[in-house]
Amino acid sequence: MKAYLMFRDQDFDLEHPLPVNEKALVQDLELNTLFNAMARGDRFLMDIAWKAVLSGSDEIETILYRQNILKDCLRFPSVIREIFQIPIEAMENKRQHWMGIFTYYPSGVLSGALELMNMFVGLLRRLKGIADTYSREFESEGFRRFFTMIQKELDDDYFAIVENHLKELKFRDGVLISADLGQGNEGTNYILRRPKNLKWWKDILNRKNPTYFFYISDRDESGARALGKLKDTGINLVANALAQSADHIDNFFKMLQIELAFYVGCLNLHEQLAQWESPICFPSPAPAAERRHAFHGLYDVCLALTMKQKVVGNDVNADHKDVVMITGANQGGKSTFLRSIGLAQLMMQCGMYVPASDFSANLSTGIFTHYKREEDVTMKSGKLDEELSRMSDIADHVTPNSMVLFNESFAATNEREGSEIGRQITNALLERKIKVFFVTHQYELAHSFYERGIGNTIFLRAERKSGGKRTFKLFEAEPLQTSFGEDVYHTVFHR
Amino acid sequence: MNLKEIASGMKNNMRFQSILFERIPNYEEIQAAEMPPFFVDLNLDQVVDAVCASRQEYNLKPFFYLPFHNVETIQYRQEVAQDLESDEVLKRIDIFAQKMVIVRRYLGMAGKLDYHYHKAGWFLEAAVIYCEAIRNLGRDLSRAALKSRGLLAFREYLDRYVNAENFQSLEQETAKCKVDQSTIHYAIIIKGNRVGVRKYELESDYSEEVERTFEKFKQGAVKDYKVKNIKGSGFNHVEAQILDCVARLYPEVFSTLDAYCEKHQHFMDETIRIFDREIQFYIAYLEYIRRIKQAGLKFCYPAVSGQTKEIFEVDGFDIALANKLVAEGAPVVCNDFTLKGSERILVISGPNQGGKTTFARMFGQLHYLACLGLPVPGRQAQLFLFDQLFTHFEKEEKIKNLRGKLHDDLVRIHEILNHATPESIIIMNEIFTSTTLKDAVFLSKKIMEQIIALDLLCICVTFIDELSSLSEKTVSMVSTIVPENPALRTFKIVRRPSDGLAYAISIAEKYYLTYSQLKERIQG
Repeated sequence: MKAYLMFRDQDFDLEHPLPVNEKALVQDLELNTLFNAMARGDRFLMDIAWKAVLSGSDEIETILYRQNILKDCLRFPSVIREIFQIPIEAMENKRQHWMGIFTYYPSGVLSGALELMNMFVGLLRRLKGIADTYSREFESEGFRRFFTMIQKELDDDYFAIVENHLKELKFRDGVLISADLGQGNEGTNYILRRPKNLKWWKDILNRKNPTYFFYISDRDESGARALGKLKDTGINLVANALAQSADHIDNFFKMLQIELAFYVGCLNLHEQLAQWESPICFPSPAPAAERRHAFHGLYDVCLALTMKQKVVGNDVNADHKDVVMITGANQGGKSTFLRSIGLAQLMMQCGMYVPASDFSANLSTGIFTHYKREEDVTMKSGKLDEELSRMSDIADHVTPNSMVLFNESFAATNEREGSEIGRQITNALLERKIKVFFVTHQYELAHSFYERGIGNTIFLRAERKSGGKRTFKLFEAEPLQTSFGEDVYHTVFHR
Repeated sequence: MNLKEIASGMKNNMRFQSILFERIPNYEEIQAAEMPPFFVDLNLDQVVDAVCASRQEYNLKPFFYLPFHNVETIQYRQEVAQDLESDEVLKRIDIFAQKMVIVRRYLGMAGKLDYHYHKAGWFLEAAVIYCEAIRNLGRDLSRAALKSRGLLAFREYLDRYVNAENFQSLEQETAKCKVDQSTIHYAIIIKGNRVGVRKYELESDYSEEVERTFEKFKQGAVKDYKVKNIKGSGFNHVEAQILDCVARLYPEVFSTLDAYCEKHQHFMDETIRIFDREIQFYIAYLEYIRRIKQAGLKFCYPAVSGQTKEIFEVDGFDIALANKLVAEGAPVVCNDFTLKGSERILVISGPNQGGKTTFARMFGQLHYLACLGLPVPGRQAQLFLFDQLFTHFEKEEKIKNLRGKLHDDLVRIHEILNHATPESIIIMNEIFTSTTLKDAVFLSKKIMEQIIALDLLCICVTFIDELSSLSEKTVSMVSTIVPENPALRTFKIVRRPSDGLAYAISIAEKYYLTYSQLKERIQG
């Protein structure tokens, strides 16, 4: 039994490798803010959010599959949280009542497994109850399949069989063990058998096949011990089978918890955004080979979470563009915009809603960030060295139809050289079908792209209203030679 | 006579007796053999210990303590050893030997057990393995390309044994008992302290039912909760009582078993038992030298003769040292020697720690191993069939015999010279170190005169250069050094007059004290 809520036909694999640039992504896109909002202090939710967001899918089908499940979740948040509670309770019951299999004797293994099983059966009944109540209300393919499976596999007959087993396995009537003669005429292949008849013990005496009896006397302690061990040998396999079955159910719950955790995280985030009336929408993913990026009201979800309020969004149509060159006013929202691009891409590709009123983009096979960093405190390398070395790391892993976000890169040298490096790098990436977003103050870099008049570049500029007021909105415009630093100076010095 | 004729001769005239001896030896004398006194000096004690280490149960050491002073036996053994150098033959015999180990273990166990049918069960197991071992060995040897008289005769013997009535009936009845045993399926019923035993009636496997019931929850691999070895080894009285009940359930099977045990009480063939032990003499040694060979060192089957004292060795080495160095991954230096015409005595001199003692040991080991009929270190060798081997290595002073060390040395030498014959070998290592050089030269010369007179083969390690040119019977060999770096030993011992100069000069060089160096340093 599989939940298959993350993929149509496979489990969500916690061991799936995360992108090599995981650390840079988390740092540059402020992902911790996003993960914390999804986790709300729960370490498990945090872990799953981290893995799900960073290991997004590059299949449109999977993205839409999750989107539909998430839509159901948004409609029935309390049902989702109720199901999510079941595995949590299984875990807490185990902890609180010291349940588990901690012994080295088959009889101990068996009794530990029986106790666990009884507890699990109660929780399975609850899961079945939820499925019975809500199965018709849910619309997504994923949830419909899930509920149908629960109803089919856990029907009343099944519960009856299970409970019968749990009763018989207490062996109130003794045990029946088959054996063969092995080397040295020693008994071997001890296998516990299920008697054909419920009243089998009484039955033994009235049969045509002989049964020979002997008794272990009460004083024969070593005989009693030997008999105990023989019995243990007999139930060894069945104890193992039951203990492994208990583990299977335990793992079933754990799997359910993993598959639901991502959606619970989405619910958590949504509840917070809804407080500030920040819009969300389900994005339209386009194939990776296309060049699509068009949206309205795209905002930086991390900024909203930090400011705890609705923040300004941008409208851009960059369809059919390979390069987005962003210039303009200092503190005009360029970095925020770049981050919102990266965040929206990650969120779209993992099947989440995105923070915008509408959003469409092509998929990326990889998302890379190259941000200006603090001066290297270890003094191991010069700043440009360090930047180029990070660029070289990206070059090791970047593939066609990836996306690279540059934020004031290669500015650690004079403008001419920095621009030349930036230009050469960007050109090479373009040649290799990699989409580039480049925030820069370097006029020469931006201007050289503009000069070339190549239709595949779009130029955005941070807006500056007359009088130096910033709107934090970007609009399409050619790069200017100033970034309005003067304005900032005046603001700071109150002149 | 070629080998074929020999083999057919054996077939007609002689029954196979032993793989170590062409003629039936005096086994009592062999068992009583003690380690020869020179073993420790030649480090042969280490070699034999290592060779026999993993084969204690065969008690092989006595075989290594008795060298053979007749060429026939040496050839008989060399042939067998050469056959065994085929990995395939060796592997097959090894498999046979491993099975025989199990047979003995089971029989030993059966002898000590308390319960009747338990004993019978293990006796049966022993016979099962024995039949298998014999049958397989017969088949394997019949396919093997054998050349040695020993193995050909054994094959002949084994063939007759396998096809004889005794073995045939043992094999058939053993198989029948095993089949009978495998048809037994019973059920044990335990409730409280009451135990019932009846035939098994195809009740279903409970654990399979449980597994099937919960299969649907399976997500992946889970822990194994099976408890290993609950019962422990041994057979207790409860099991014995159950077995008795089983015997009552299947009376025919167990009465057949009783009759079988009675009839085949002593199933193991004595000649095969002896073969199984004696063949290990070769296998153990070949296994020991295998690792040394893997390091690229050579072994050969030496020509051994009592007729000529012209001997030689190409690329020989100290087998005990090689075993140690190969284990450490260190290189092994090989050395040659030759004695021609009237040459009898190798006088070894030169720098210390240059491999002189090792060379002397090698000389003794080569001769001793050759007379055991085993392959010896080296590419090629012609060695002497000696009657006795004497060593005189430095011994620690013994307080209790109240004599000085020099006195001791002389007593030992005297003893040796009293017993030595022209067919003997004497190995002397640094004699007379506990006296003045003048005395040492005098005494050594006296001793050497007697040795020369005896015309026996001798190797003499000494710091006294004069000994190397005493007569036309002595040959001088010296240990060598690397001229550029005198601290480096080559461990090469070469045939060269002993001048004692080259070494001294290179030591001087090392300290910048040669004529020219010193002149340079002391500038006027």
